[in-house]
Amino acid sequence: MVNNMEHQDISLLNLSRNKKAKITMIHGGRGLQHRLDSMGIRNGKEIKVVSRQPFRGPLTVEIRGCQMTLGRGMARKIMVEVL
Amino acid sequence: MKKIVLMGNPNVGKSVVFSRLTGANVIASNYPGTTVDFSKGKMKIGKEYVEIIDAPGTYSLEPTNKAEEVALKMLKEADVVINVVNATNLERNLYLALELLEGDIPVIIALNIWDETHHLGIQIDEKELENLLGIPIVPTVALTGEGIKTLVSRIKEAKTNEEIKPTSREGRWIEIGSLIEKVERVEHRHHTIRDRISDLTIRPLTGLPLAAGIIFLSFWIVRLIGENLIGYIFEPLFEELYRPVITGLSNWLGPGFIHNLLIGQYGVEIDFVESMGMLTTGLFVPVGMVLPYIIAFYFMLSILEDTGYMPRLATLLDNVFHKLGMHGHGIVPLFLGLGCNVPGALSTRTLETRKQRFISATLLAIAVPCMAQMAMVFGILGPYGIQYIGLVFFTLVFLYIVMGLIMNKFVKGESPEIFLEIPAYRRPSLKVILKKTWMRVRWFLREAIPFLFAGVLVINILYSVGFLQWLGTVLSPVMQGLFGLPGESGVSMIIGFLRKDLAVGMLLPLGMSPMQLVIATTMLTIYFPCVATFAVLVKELGIKDMLKSAAIMVGTAVTVGFILKLVLLGV
Repeated sequence: MVNNMEHQDISLLNLSRNKKAKITMIHGGRGLQHRLDSMGIRNGKEIKVVSRQPFRGPLTVEIRGCQMTLGRGMARKIMVEVL
Repeated sequence: MKKIVLMGNPNVGKSVVFSRLTGANVIASNYPGTTVDFSKGKMKIGKEYVEIIDAPGTYSLEPTNKAEEVALKMLKEADVVINVVNATNLERNLYLALELLEGDIPVIIALNIWDETHHLGIQIDEKELENLLGIPIVPTVALTGEGIKTLVSRIKEAKTNEEIKPTSREGRWIEIGSLIEKVERVEHRHHTIRDRISDLTIRPLTGLPLAAGIIFLSFWIVRLIGENLIGYIFEPLFEELYRPVITGLSNWLGPGFIHNLLIGQYGVEIDFVESMGMLTTGLFVPVGMVLPYIIAFYFMLSILEDTGYMPRLATLLDNVFHKLGMHGHGIVPLFLGLGCNVPGALSTRTLETRKQRFISATLLAIAVPCMAQMAMVFGILGPYGIQYIGLVFFTLVFLYIVMGLIMNKFVKGESPEIFLEIPAYRRPSLKVILKKTWMRVRWFLREAIPFLFAGVLVINILYSVGFLQWLGTVLSPVMQGLFGLPGESGVSMIIGFLRKDLAVGMLLPLGMSPMQLVIATTMLTIYFPCVATFAVLVKELGIKDMLKSAAIMVGTAVTVGFILKLVLLGV
């Protein structure tokens, strides 16, 4: 009865489009953490995926009405919980 | 003089505020990273003159690229900081605000893009925010000028806040969280048409066809405007008004060096492109042939920039650019470079690493002809048929991709992923677009005409002492043997260092076949940038990298010229 699938964290990379999710953890070094952080991507924030470019292209996400594009490598390191 | 520095996140409107404050015009657009260097201007507050400095945008006080480093350098000189804040994205913008307040420079906040907050259902209690932060906060709409007067009148109230002490990132966000809770309300709102357009242009399935359409349409409009300006305005002006004047002057002057210098050879009919006089070729090339396309190009570019489309295009094309060792933002140097390589080279600063900047600058110099050069290629190859122009551009696009792939493999260093803010779409104002186009056109005229005059002067002097004839003979075996071109075309390559458009014009009297012209104009693009671009590249890349870059350019030009000779001339 522990931990059903819905409450498991997934990578932002695997979040379906237009699904709301909450950021739970950001892996990666200090440099990346800091860059994401100063753009407002950090723990506890609600995030959704707006678009996803094909062939390992970047993702466009929305946080608090503000959109930004980020590469897959960065997206992989952002863990979210689907709301 | 007191220094007031404009600081803020990218794309919050600092440059528009700067223009409002100083009356000086700087280029502003709707994408992050428009300003890559500082601009200085003056304004009068009360009886005192102060210096206003527009700095590039930065998300925090820890720089991630060269443009942000410039911003930090400017901050060190500041007596007062105007922190321009995007009111539609208050939370994130407050991060830099807090960092600024931790320092000991007095701060005043301009809460810009205030008009948009109403459309987005955002309510900000700016009085409360002022109380909480303890510094003056003025709502502004820099685009219309709203609030700027209040901002100016309150600059003297700018102050530091002793209570805000340096803290960790976590600490700042906690502080921001509690601030936002107290001053901002966001209502839920429905999808608007603008959101729909934004979605359609950034999702690949719809976005890529739309991008192809938009780019194609833009170039088509540039040609349409350019051709019509020439056909209905510039050519009649030169032929009907200017020609009689020059013919009169020619008769009055009579033969001699002065005539050759000002008008060209005496006794033959004046040809505005080929005569090589300062008042004929020196004026007709920049004004009669290039200017119409410059106007057309910058008009379209300004529209693309001000709507906010560029970051979306960067997102869609990121994939391709990543394979070339850059990322999607590499589209900006490319697009700006199509107007003039100088601003193109400067904008490479927004790329994060040396590898990215090196590749993007080298590709710019190799495969991106500026509008001045393109206009001349249209003018010279156009009469033979569009397929010849197509051949030149096909070669250049091919080179951009192939050289990008190669350099990505061999240039050492990192090429980090794209990380780019996507601004909301804005309806561009015609007035702003026209003003921006005019600013760039004026810049072109100021830059181009002196160099063209200098070029024509140099050609005339060197020609009259017989140097160019000698040089043509010396270069003949190389040009003929390697590229199938007449020796004199080598002279135009040398003049190309001064101005590429003039160099293309110099090819005309040589009586070359269209295929030879294709080879020569293509090589003229690749082999080396013009002196203005060269100077900027040396500054941006450093001497050592510039030498490497130049070696790649020359090597590519020789290789491509030789291959084109084999393929196009079949010898």
